[in-house]
Amino acid sequence: MARVLLFGRLQDVAGWRARDLDPCPPRASALRDRLAKDDPMLGVALRAPSIAFVLNGVVRKDDPEIVPGDEAAFLPPMSGG
Amino acid sequence: MAARIQTEPFEPAALLDAFTRGRTQAGGIVSFTGLARAATAGQAVTRLELDAYPRFTLPVIEAMLEDAKARFEVQDVLVVHRYGPIEPGEAIVFVATAAEHRRAAFEAADYLMDRLKTEAPFWKKERGPDGDRWIEARAADHEDVARWTRKTA
Repeated sequence: MARVLLFGRLQDVAGWRARDLDPCPPRASALRDRLAKDDPMLGVALRAPSIAFVLNGVVRKDDPEIVPGDEAAFLPPMSGG
Repeated sequence: MAARIQTEPFEPAALLDAFTRGRTQAGGIVSFTGLARAATAGQAVTRLELDAYPRFTLPVIEAMLEDAKARFEVQDVLVVHRYGPIEPGEAIVFVATAAEHRRAAFEAADYLMDRLKTEAPFWKKERGPDGDRWIEARAADHEDVARWTRKTA
């Protein structure tokens, strides 16, 4: 099982902010595919170049492996404080 | 050197008092308190909601403190930032700096606020009469933070 978190306007697109996926998709790309299959609108939003992917608190620009217990997050451009 | 993010309201005067107490080496302390406005760009704001990702947001702010300390001759820095729902008039952010001489304290506080306003990982939603809207950093905020790059160029 892996936990997925959405922030900012992505929460409005999806209608949720946290979800557990079991089994967890093996990679970031597969996670995007899985979320897009459930919700095509969210799939489009997640693929925007401005969306950062964070795995266990670290920004990842590659396509990292996801293992059970991981926490994945999609971050839209931040507003600042 | 400390950074905190919290959903609970805080009292800026109490933070400044605690930060000031017992210092014998500092020649000056500068503090800044940012408040939630009741209107932005002429539009009423009845409530502000700041979303944060604590395990990601806090380390980014801590790195800003390290940068400020490396850049200015400051002895100590404190940043406290709210997130969650915030009512107009409530404090959102508090920055305090202590230095032997005032210039470094002023500059470090100014620098930290510029960085916080543009780069701190928060997502801001304002509620007004026309509903909710997500806000991104203003162009003016980006110009403010660019001043510091030009200063070193």
